[in-house]
Amino acid sequence: MAKKADEGFTPTGKVYKSTTLPKPTTKNHKDLGIKDEQLPEIYRNMYLQRRFEERAAQMYQKGKFGGFLHLYIGQEAVSASTVHVLNDDDDIISAYRVHGLALARGTSPNACMAELFGKVTGCSKGKGGSMHFFDVEKHFWGGHAIVGAHIPLGAGLAMANKYQGNGRIAICFFGDGAVDQGSLNETFNMAQLWKLPVIFVVENNGYSMGTAVERHSAGQLHKRGEAYGMKNGVANGMDFFSMVDTLSDIAKEVRETNEPYFLEVKTYRYRGHSMSDPGNYRTKEELEEFRSFDPIERLKTYMFENKLVSEEEIKSIEDEINKEVLDAIDFAEESEFPPASDLYEHVYVQEDFPFHT
Amino acid sequence: MSVKQFRDAIREAMVEEMRRDESIIIMGEEVAEYDGAYKVTQGMLEEFGLRRVIDTPISELGFSGIGAGAAMNGLRPIIEFMTFNFAVVGIDQILNNAAKIRYMSGGQVKFPMVFRGPNASAGQLGATHSVAYESLYAHIPGLKVMYPSEPYDAKGMLKTAIRDDDPVIFLESEQMYAMKQEVPDEEYLIPFGVGKIKREGDDVTIVAHGKMYHIAQQAAKELAKDGIEAEVIDPRCMKPFDFKMVIESIKKTNRCVIVDESHPFAGMAAEIGFVIQRDAFDYLDAPVQRVTIPDVPAPFAKNLFDLWLPGPKQVIDAVKAVTYKN
Repeated sequence: MAKKADEGFTPTGKVYKSTTLPKPTTKNHKDLGIKDEQLPEIYRNMYLQRRFEERAAQMYQKGKFGGFLHLYIGQEAVSASTVHVLNDDDDIISAYRVHGLALARGTSPNACMAELFGKVTGCSKGKGGSMHFFDVEKHFWGGHAIVGAHIPLGAGLAMANKYQGNGRIAICFFGDGAVDQGSLNETFNMAQLWKLPVIFVVENNGYSMGTAVERHSAGQLHKRGEAYGMKNGVANGMDFFSMVDTLSDIAKEVRETNEPYFLEVKTYRYRGHSMSDPGNYRTKEELEEFRSFDPIERLKTYMFENKLVSEEEIKSIEDEINKEVLDAIDFAEESEFPPASDLYEHVYVQEDFPFHT
Repeated sequence: MSVKQFRDAIREAMVEEMRRDESIIIMGEEVAEYDGAYKVTQGMLEEFGLRRVIDTPISELGFSGIGAGAAMNGLRPIIEFMTFNFAVVGIDQILNNAAKIRYMSGGQVKFPMVFRGPNASAGQLGATHSVAYESLYAHIPGLKVMYPSEPYDAKGMLKTAIRDDDPVIFLESEQMYAMKQEVPDEEYLIPFGVGKIKREGDDVTIVAHGKMYHIAQQAAKELAKDGIEAEVIDPRCMKPFDFKMVIESIKKTNRCVIVDESHPFAGMAAEIGFVIQRDAFDYLDAPVQRVTIPDVPAPFAKNLFDLWLPGPKQVIDAVKAVTYKN
């Protein structure tokens, strides 16, 4: 006979230290094949993501647009390293915390901000909003907001690449909450069985909304790959160089072997799950600790310490980005909303579909 | 012309299309080595090989979603469900991903894919294996829904579905797979949203799709013995739906019975009935009647199952009600 569950089911109580970071790589930028002159550009990429979202949050609080707003702040090294490592025509797909990846891939701040504002000039023509950024020309496949539902899509992108023999690989990002979905397990089984060239990346930021990872997932996340014989590993997502170090090897291997890989990236989001989240489920100490690992500050410090960039150069980059983001807000504000006729556009490819009334 | 089974007509449509377009693949449970759970894909592995005829695990969510991802990125997958009763464990991939991502991306993505397989009941299989899902899929913008009732239609419609750039739900029936009909050898295509008057008559319009079309025809034959000539319309396509053909027929007959294997609440019959009252109100000499399965799950026991599934008698009763011949 089963014993009575006196202590309840889901483990409860505040969880300090939701995520433990692996040690950062000891390799320097040259060891990783990164040229001196690339570093300021990488800094620019991450700083753009950060500034864009800080301003987006302000605009949201001012009531400039509606919907949800999930900020990526703190996780920028993951997106920046991804676009650094992968080829420009490799296929990227992600979940709903997606602004950073789109900006990193090169979708313009104007198109991203306009999408937040629901304007026709947005990267999804105002049809998607914050959670559904798309830029298919840049092989950026969205922006998906049913947790875990895009994981099979990521494998499908890879299946088409392998079928066509085009040399491209796919990378599919999701949060730690998505690991608990059946979609992950069905997709992992088939991706390994069919040997699909896809990198699955769980951005484990410690919380599935407000539920700490220890409270929602049994075992270590990356070990889910083991059951399917899928290669897997862990990376420090708060450090750009660590991410490049790990991801370069994985991308090379996936491209060569045509087999999938499951990477658990340990990272942290500084802001709430969404704008309405006060974050009562975590401690100030934890937040402060992770802020001390900040990936953007870390890169800046590295560049200063190695005299790769001057304070003036950094200031000039930051000033440029600040202006670019403010210009993006102006662009979004001044852009038109989609015309009423757009209500019936983009439902079907067929142009004269007889909509029911 | 040669006489072919429904399953052969579907296979021929797929084979012909796969010969002309390398980007078409078929995936599903038992489609390859087993030669198809209902032998629809028989011989396709031999012709097209393992790269294009792909056995999947029993993971409807997984293979629907992987198929959708492949469709986004250049392939034209045909996803076979052993039945649409099993598709519900993966239905999010159809209703959200295949149907809506085009819209949410502002038209940057398309899903040229077909989800096909048997729908609705197939004898005493119990409640979860007996659901008619056409109204559910037709409810969702972004999908097109076809439901042929005869081999000729099935072949021409499936070829259209495969060539289309939008996601298509293509519904079949285990109990129709062995039905035979003359099918032309030369190529033909049947467009979306075009029904067919399959029996002409002046006294009443019967609208019936899928397996119920055959029930309607049986009823029409019986009714003719009593001097009631029914016009039987097979709409063939659920979405878009050929309302024009139905309305024009009612202008002639002034009476209508809709036969639908769905439950009555919010099924196809409900929607068709609404449009008739709106667009043909002045032509009606009697309230529109419908014949559906009852608002209960499918029972197993033979006697209860026979009560549950509509047959010609219920159609005849409904026609007598609208013609005031009771």
